[in-house]
Amino acid sequence: MRLERRAHVPLSVVILAPVAAVVAALALSGVLIAIAGAAPLEAYAKMLTGAFGTRLSISETLTRTTPLILTGLAAAVAFRARLWNIGGEGQFYVGALVAAWLGHGVLAGLPGPIAIPALMLAGMLAGGLLLLGPVALRLRYGVDEVVTTLLLNFIVILFVSMMIEGPLKDPLAFGWPQSVPVGSELMLPKLLPGTRLHIGLLVAIAAGVLIWMLQARTVFGMESRAAGLNPRAAAFAGVSLPRTLIAVACLSGGLAGLAGAIEVAGLKGYVTTDLSPGYGYSGIVVAMLAALHPVGVIATALFVAIVFVGADSMSRALGVPSFIADVIVSISLLTMLVSLLFTSYRVRR
Amino acid sequence: MTEALDILGTASLWAAVLRIATPLIFGTLGVLICERAGVLNLGIEGIMTLGAMVAWMTVYQGGDLWLGLFAAALCGAAFGLLHALLTVPLGLSQHVTGLGITLFASSLTYFVFRLSLPVSSSPPTIIPFQPLAIPGLSDFPFLGVALFSQTAPTYLAIALTGVVAYVLARTPLGLAVRMAGENPHAVEAQGLSPIGIRIGAIVAGSAIMALGGAFLTTATFNSFFPTMVQGRGWVCIALVVFASWRPGRALLGALLFALFDAYQLRLQHVVSEAIPYQLFLMVPYVLSIVALIIMSRRARVPQALMVPYRRGER
Repeated sequence: MRLERRAHVPLSVVILAPVAAVVAALALSGVLIAIAGAAPLEAYAKMLTGAFGTRLSISETLTRTTPLILTGLAAAVAFRARLWNIGGEGQFYVGALVAAWLGHGVLAGLPGPIAIPALMLAGMLAGGLLLLGPVALRLRYGVDEVVTTLLLNFIVILFVSMMIEGPLKDPLAFGWPQSVPVGSELMLPKLLPGTRLHIGLLVAIAAGVLIWMLQARTVFGMESRAAGLNPRAAAFAGVSLPRTLIAVACLSGGLAGLAGAIEVAGLKGYVTTDLSPGYGYSGIVVAMLAALHPVGVIATALFVAIVFVGADSMSRALGVPSFIADVIVSISLLTMLVSLLFTSYRVRR
Repeated sequence: MTEALDILGTASLWAAVLRIATPLIFGTLGVLICERAGVLNLGIEGIMTLGAMVAWMTVYQGGDLWLGLFAAALCGAAFGLLHALLTVPLGLSQHVTGLGITLFASSLTYFVFRLSLPVSSSPPTIIPFQPLAIPGLSDFPFLGVALFSQTAPTYLAIALTGVVAYVLARTPLGLAVRMAGENPHAVEAQGLSPIGIRIGAIVAGSAIMALGGAFLTTATFNSFFPTMVQGRGWVCIALVVFASWRPGRALLGALLFALFDAYQLRLQHVVSEAIPYQLFLMVPYVLSIVALIIMSRRARVPQALMVPYRRGER
C-alpha cells in the first residue's frame, strides 16, 4: 500500500473535503462548548434555529452572507493566482468609504438605476486601486504582499476613522463618529419587506457565477491559474506575470471594495469603523473552505454566516461566549487545509 | 518647532523607546528563528495575543509574574507546534496555515477570556512588573532614567538577542538551523533531520513571540483587552526583512522603530490640534512598509524559506 497524488480529484471527494473539515471543526469546538458548561449538540441545534428559526433570522443570515460571498471571492480569485491578498478588510473599508463619500456628494440626487451601479463601480475601483499598491511593490521591489496588505488594513481603518471624525463627519449623529448618510435613492431595494435583506445578495451570487465562467471559459482565467500553479512555466508559455497579477489584483480588490460599497448602500447608508466584523479575514476562510471555487464560495459563505448569526442567539440562550463562532470558523480553516491534503492523495494497493 | 525637537532631549522619551521596543524585540527574534530555519510564521499576531492573555490571567489568578511569562511561553510553544506539524511534515501552505493559526489563537484567547471573566466596564487589573533599580546605574543623571530603570523583561529581551545571535552564528545547533533554512537536503546529508530541526525552531520561536505579547499585559499595561496587539506581530515580520535576518540588526530595527513610535506619541501632544491623531497612529505601519521597500531587494533571504521539505524530492 502506498500513497499517490491523484491526477484528477472526483467531484464526490471535492465535496467531501469541506464537509469532513466542518464536522471535525464542530467536534473540536464542541469540547470548548462542553467546557463552557453547555451540551454541544444542544448548542449546535440552538445555532441552527438561531440562524433559520424565523423569517427574520433567515433574512439576517442571508444579509450576513452577502459581504462574505464577496470577500470570499476576493480571496479565492487572488489565491488561485498565488497573490496573497490578506488585505480584504482594508479594501472593504475603502470601498465603503468611497461609496459613502460619493453617495453623499456627486451621486446624491441622481436616479437610483444610474447612481446605484455607479456607486458599486466606485467601490470596486477603490478596492482594486488599494491592492495595486502592494502588487506594484511586489513586482518592482520584490516586497512580499502578505505583510503589506496586512499593514494596509490598519492604515485604511485609521484613515476611515480620520475621515468620519473630520471631513465626512455627520453633524447630526450626536457626536458619534459616522459619515453623512448617502442619499435615499442610493439605498439598495429590499428583497424581503420588513427585513434588512437587500438586493446585494443577488449581486454577490451573480458575481460568484460570473467569476466561475471567467475562470473556466476565458484566457484570463487560464492565465491566472497558470500564474499560480507554476509562474516560470507560465512565463515560458507566454503568460505575462505582471499583467496577469495586475488584472487579478483589480478583480480581487474590486470584489472586496464592492462588498464595502454594498454594505453601506444596503444597510445603514453610512460608514463607521465597526462596519465590518472582520469580513475581510473571514473571506479567507470562506475561500479556503470552498477550495477556491467561485460557486462553492456562495455555499461556504452561507455556512460562515450561519455560524456567526447562530452563535449570537445560542450565546444568549446558553451563556457560551459568542466568540465560539470565531473559534469554529478558524478551526475549520485548519481542518480544511488538512482535509484538502488528504483528498489530493489516494491509497494505491 | 523647537518644542518638537525638545522631545528628543527628554529622558522619558528614551525610557519609552526601550519599553515600546521590548515586545517587538521578542516578536522579531521569534520570527527570525522560524525563518532562519526556513518557515514563515504568520501565526505571530495570534500567538502574541494568546501570550498576552495567558500571562495576564496567570497573574490575575494569583500566580507570580514570572510564572505568567512562563505560562505564556508554554502556550506559544504549543501553538508553534501546531503550526510546525501542519507546515513541516504535512507541507501545507505556510501563508494560509499561519493565518489560520493567528485566527485560531486569537479567537480561542477571546473565548477563554470571556469565559473566565464576566463583561465589565472597567477591565480588571494586576500589579505589573516594576522598574528594576540597579544600584549605582539607576541614579545616574539622564542615562539612569533612560536606560537603567526598565522592567526586568526588557533586559531579558536584550540579553536574549545576544543569546540568539551567538547560538545561530557560533554553535553547531545554530549551523543546523541555518542549514535547514538554506539547504535542507544538506542537513539530511549530514545525518540530521531537517524536519526535526524545523519543528524545534518553530516551537522555540513561537514561545519567544508569546513573551512579546506577555510583556504587553505584564509590563506595558496592567490589563488585557481584545485587539491589544494591534498588528505588532505583522510589524515584527516586516522588521525581520528590514534586519536582513540578523539578530543584532533586528534589535537595532526594533529600537529604531520604537524611537519613531515614542516620538510620535509625544509629538501628538505638541501639535494636537493641527494634525488628526490618526495620522500619527498610522506612522508605525507606514514605516514598516517603507522599511520593507528599502530592504527587500538587499536582504539576504534564507534560500529555502517557504519551500517545504520532502525527503527524496528535489
